[in-house]
Amino acid sequence: MSKPKSIQAKQQRAGWLFLAPATLLIFVMSFYPMIQAFIISLKKGSSANMQWQEPLFHNYERILQDKTFLTAMGNTFLYLIIEVPIMLILAILLAQILNNKDLKFRGLFRTMVFMPCAVSLVSYALIFKSLFATQGLINTALLNIGIISENINWLGQTTTARAVIIMGLIWRWTGYNMVFYLAGLQNIEYSVYEASKIDGANGWKTFWYITVPLLSPVIVMTAIMSINGTLQLFDESVNLTNGGPSNTTITMSHYIWNMSLGQGVAKFGYASALAFVVFIMVGILAFISMKVGDKRD
Amino acid sequence: MTKAKKKTNSSAIQRRLIPSYIFLVIVCIISVFPIYWMLTAATNTSFEVSTGKIWFGSNAIVNFQGLLKASIGSGAPLGKIMWNSFKYAGVQTLLCIFTCSLAGFGFELYHDKRKDRLFAFLLLAMMIPGVATLIPLFRMMSQFHLLSTVAAFILPGISTPFMIMMFRQNSRNFPVDIMEAARIDGLSEWAIFYRMYMPVMKSTYAAAAVITFMNAWNAYMWPRAVMSDNSAMTMQMLVANLSNGYSVDYGVLMMGVLFCSLPTMIIFFVLQKQFAEGITGAVK
Repeated sequence: MSKPKSIQAKQQRAGWLFLAPATLLIFVMSFYPMIQAFIISLKKGSSANMQWQEPLFHNYERILQDKTFLTAMGNTFLYLIIEVPIMLILAILLAQILNNKDLKFRGLFRTMVFMPCAVSLVSYALIFKSLFATQGLINTALLNIGIISENINWLGQTTTARAVIIMGLIWRWTGYNMVFYLAGLQNIEYSVYEASKIDGANGWKTFWYITVPLLSPVIVMTAIMSINGTLQLFDESVNLTNGGPSNTTITMSHYIWNMSLGQGVAKFGYASALAFVVFIMVGILAFISMKVGDKRD
Repeated sequence: MTKAKKKTNSSAIQRRLIPSYIFLVIVCIISVFPIYWMLTAATNTSFEVSTGKIWFGSNAIVNFQGLLKASIGSGAPLGKIMWNSFKYAGVQTLLCIFTCSLAGFGFELYHDKRKDRLFAFLLLAMMIPGVATLIPLFRMMSQFHLLSTVAAFILPGISTPFMIMMFRQNSRNFPVDIMEAARIDGLSEWAIFYRMYMPVMKSTYAAAAVITFMNAWNAYMWPRAVMSDNSAMTMQMLVANLSNGYSVDYGVLMMGVLFCSLPTMIIFFVLQKQFAEGITGAVK
């Protein structure tokens, strides 16, 4: 009677041993630094000797007066509001089209739409930077067609620089999201579509009343991932515009970087306060998207 | 008769798909063109690039030599920097798929209430932005004198909730009866893992490896923080440096971008299926 019990206990212990290294690493490399970040955010001074800030939440109070951070926050949300919906709708549309069994060259089309994912973030940021340079191909092409009469300084003006970042993001991530929707669509029985066709639903109706509701868990997940990713934008801001002109396209991560490890000013306390604010935002927005997703069902 | 009917039917279907084809062709051109342009620019002089040439040129060798010179100017030879990137990404990939598969195996096939709860808690780590842990982790690495070592690069990336989740989800397909049979045959729990689980889960390992390697190869912010020695530089850091000069040589820059993207492009074309499975891996 006692023997099987001890075997079971042994198995249970083996299970714990198997998951221990990964769990330990997540605690040491994610949870513990998060707590540390909060503690540092209450301190002042440089890396070596830091003292408690007085009043304790002074770093957080400063954030509200920090014009650059408020701009960075505004930029991030601007990118979020414009880029994420366009990208996700485009991705669902493409997945819907590519899921049609009558379509020819499906594999080729899918590969080409997916291809931007093969390029690293730094690389694509530099490709876009070069394409949209004052002497770049976009200006040359527009001049030749006659749409513009003189070169546009795309990256030197706030509005156009922001537009280029948004275009870059859409270019890089649409195919990525499409892959999720294609995987999601494959779980939907083809007969559902056949049935809707027999019932006389047209393409748009099928899209809105069948595809979107059935995909809604995947849509929520991609939305969370996109929001999470957008709030953490870094590579594009650094390499495409370097935050410029005069910090008007800078993202929150880029600004935190500049405050802590870049540019030689190591304001670890203040930068940690900013980072903690980003963490709270990610949490809140993820929570909202999950709630919205639940209601849909 | 039926054949003819089918034919007209299918041509009618194809005719209705014309707007879809047009839309797809436009999207594909936009998707592929910047990559194609990067390839052509790598073979042209900076002047040709800025005058709008979009066909291949004959300046590739000169650009490559320029890249070699620029990389030495940045602090390390190109070969060394490529090797660094391969080394970091390779080591991180091996350790990551081993650690996370072990955890996925443990969480799914030995699951009980407490383990499930612990797993749910670990998922919270997905919500932690990289920039939030940047400063504490940087201080941790410098405290342990790990800056500019492989360890600093890989440690935060070995265990990720996403990868554990992916292995945990896919472990559901692992036949539990076989485990019982193996135990009766006297196999230890560890032997079950590496003699049975690992071979059966080959395709999950492949997908996990592809996605981890790509992410590690493409990493930028974290390496820039902790790999500050010139000799520890990665390809991403090198190409980012190339564009920071006063006057940018676009031919050389795009040659750098090409080298930076070559490994991931090869992986993309050869292992596209595994790549797609890797990014969607945990969502089944």
